[in-house]
Amino acid sequence: MSDRRTVAAYQYDGSFDGLLCCVFESFLHKEQPLDILPEGAEQFPLCPPKVIETDRKKAQRVAASIPKKISPLAAEWVRGGFLSCAPHRELLLLEFLRKGYRTGPQVTRMMQDETVAALFRAVQFLENEAHLLKGFLRFVERNGVLTAVIDPKNFVLPLLAPHFAGRLPRETFLIYDRSHGMALLHRQGELRIVPAGGIEFTPENDTEREYQRLWKQFYDTIAIEGRQNPKCRMTHCPRRYWQNMTELCGEIFAPLSQKSLKNPADSGIMEEKHRRISAGKAAVYDLHTESRCARDSGAHARS
Amino acid sequence: MDLFQKLTILSDAAKYDAACTSSGVDRSGGTDGIGNAQACGICHSFAADGRCISLLKVLLSNACVYNCQYCVNRVTNDTPRATFTARELADLTIQFYRRNYIEGLFLSSGILKNPDYTCEQMTEVLRILRQEYKFYGYIHVKAIPGADPLLIERMALLADRMSVNIELPSEQSLTTLAPNKSRPAILGPMRQIRDGISQNQTDIVRSRHAPKLAPAGQSTQMITGATPETDFQILRLSEALYKKYSLKRVFFSAYMPVVESALLPSLDTRPPLLREHRLYQADWLLRFYGFKAREILDEAHPNFNPFLDPKCNWAIHHMELFPVEINTASYEMLLRVPGIGVRSAKRIVSARRTGSLDLAALKKIGVVLKRAQYFITCRGKLPDAARLRSENMIRAVLSDRAAAMLGLPQGEQLSLFHDPGMLTREDVLQCLTGEL
Ligand code: SF4
Repeated sequence: MSDRRTVAAYQYDGSFDGLLCCVFESFLHKEQPLDILPEGAEQFPLCPPKVIETDRKKAQRVAASIPKKISPLAAEWVRGGFLSCAPHRELLLLEFLRKGYRTGPQVTRMMQDETVAALFRAVQFLENEAHLLKGFLRFVERNGVLTAVIDPKNFVLPLLAPHFAGRLPRETFLIYDRSHGMALLHRQGELRIVPAGGIEFTPENDTEREYQRLWKQFYDTIAIEGRQNPKCRMTHCPRRYWQNMTELCGEIFAPLSQKSLKNPADSGIMEEKHRRISAGKAAVYDLHTESRCARDSGAHARS
Repeated sequence: MDLFQKLTILSDAAKYDAACTSSGVDRSGGTDGIGNAQACGICHSFAADGRCISLLKVLLSNACVYNCQYCVNRVTNDTPRATFTARELADLTIQFYRRNYIEGLFLSSGILKNPDYTCEQMTEVLRILRQEYKFYGYIHVKAIPGADPLLIERMALLADRMSVNIELPSEQSLTTLAPNKSRPAILGPMRQIRDGISQNQTDIVRSRHAPKLAPAGQSTQMITGATPETDFQILRLSEALYKKYSLKRVFFSAYMPVVESALLPSLDTRPPLLREHRLYQADWLLRFYGFKAREILDEAHPNFNPFLDPKCNWAIHHMELFPVEINTASYEMLLRVPGIGVRSAKRIVSARRTGSLDLAALKKIGVVLKRAQYFITCRGKLPDAARLRSENMIRAVLSDRAAAMLGLPQGEQLSLFHDPGMLTREDVLQCLTGEL
């Protein structure tokens, strides 16, 4: 590391290509920026940042070298890490790439290494949140358009896009990511992710309300009385998703458990951009696969 | 009766069915219709009891003509009855699916008139979904024992998964409690689905477009605690079902008394939840950990240890095999260490290729050491905790649930030695102390 000069923070345009150009710059000049910040990010640098221009050619060179010199999996991680909400994710990616070019395909297995482990957790968190939202997202029909609102910590729209497009090929739908101010639009097989702010929806009609009522009733009926397990429900379906879920938004004002009170990130809307979830917190999502409480039972009505 | 009331009665009647997963098939949808299926399974919500909601789980009808003793819908019970029309249910499924409430449909039914008629009505729901709406989402359907094999096949061709409940762990119990059902009537469709699936697999080689019969395989469910079978008998039966009928899953459900019957445990009997929990744990060991039923239980110990999960129980009876060295033990052996699951074992095997692992590295890759520490060495060394506080091992290997039953605060260091009388299975403790 001694061969790298530490220099002022880089500033880039916030695009993936832009970040790859920062990587290019850092390697070219053998320098280590103090931070890498997207344009417009709030910052208190000691000295003004160095602005890195986005150059598609440079970006492509870096992009092509990752699967070749490291591995296709590493390339996937870099993409995922970029969409994640890991603190200082740009620096993390730079550091990961440095290690990757040095070690080769092995790098994604070096879980003992802080950088590798942190990126791994960030990518897992991203994928996990996208996976959860594939289930928890709720569409509301308004004038024939299916609309949904989400408040994710990670930028999951690119991961949700192919999923919902494949599932609802004939529907027009809009998914509004309130925390990142972006929306995913689907119409006649065409998908677009566009900036969006403060979308206000028209109220739903009676048919829509009737389906919501039916769904809520199904939800309430399917639970087995006398087996309430709020802790288990919260583990699997964290409270921060409830506000956008038809069947749960009514319960959101129930008293918070002590645990979630201690953890402000879990209640309410995230102020985006300053999402600073510690890597340790992300790890929580990745531990137990064999959950103990998701057990089914009961015996009386069957056929 | 309006749709709201029907849905209430028919989802209430279906809710005790345990077999509700949407996983097992990966299928992309066509651009002409709606839906697809994901092999990994997606949970859309979690009910107040903590269970995953993935499918619209309902009965087509609860107006049943049979008289199974353990069931609220039996003909002699006084309960409100409802029946969906095929179209109603198909429409409801589509509308729920569009709104991303569900992954698909889980359809079962009481016996409406007779098994054939019931099977036809259910098939009609599936036909509307698949053919009219071109619905490519997930459908799990319960085969109706006693229906004509041709009708069953037609239904299976439209479904992703079909299952037949084995109901009770022995033929004798079935005869006593479900007089209209018989083992052969249950095993018939099970065999049919199995053969259909393997037939299918050879078919596909010939034509990629051969219709697939229940591509996600089949599962079954049995009630435990209503009849006198031992855990060992139940486990052996599930092992045999996995082998002989290539089942994907066997579900257990603890009997919850809902009706007064001289043939059944009395109404105030609590459902044997812990037993059911142990059965699921043992089932995991059979399916993913390479255990045989006979290693877990045997004639001399036909029932589960209430205080230790089956894996810990096995481990402390085989202390001669421990501790194992994390850096050299085989994958199979790592899987047998209490506290190390499939995911951790895979991570260990993968991480140790880049260098030998110490305790800190284990923690970093996410291996939980609470239990495992007593059964492993790292570069030849025992973890400190294991050497210094051997009595903690007891607390560590006791499941939280067992600890709660014994009235122990969770997560604390405790010694049970002063009061071994608390346990009914002192031999377990002796075994523990003898080894350490
Ligand atoms: S067949 Fe038996 S278990 Fe099924 S609904 Fe009828 S009475 Fe209940």
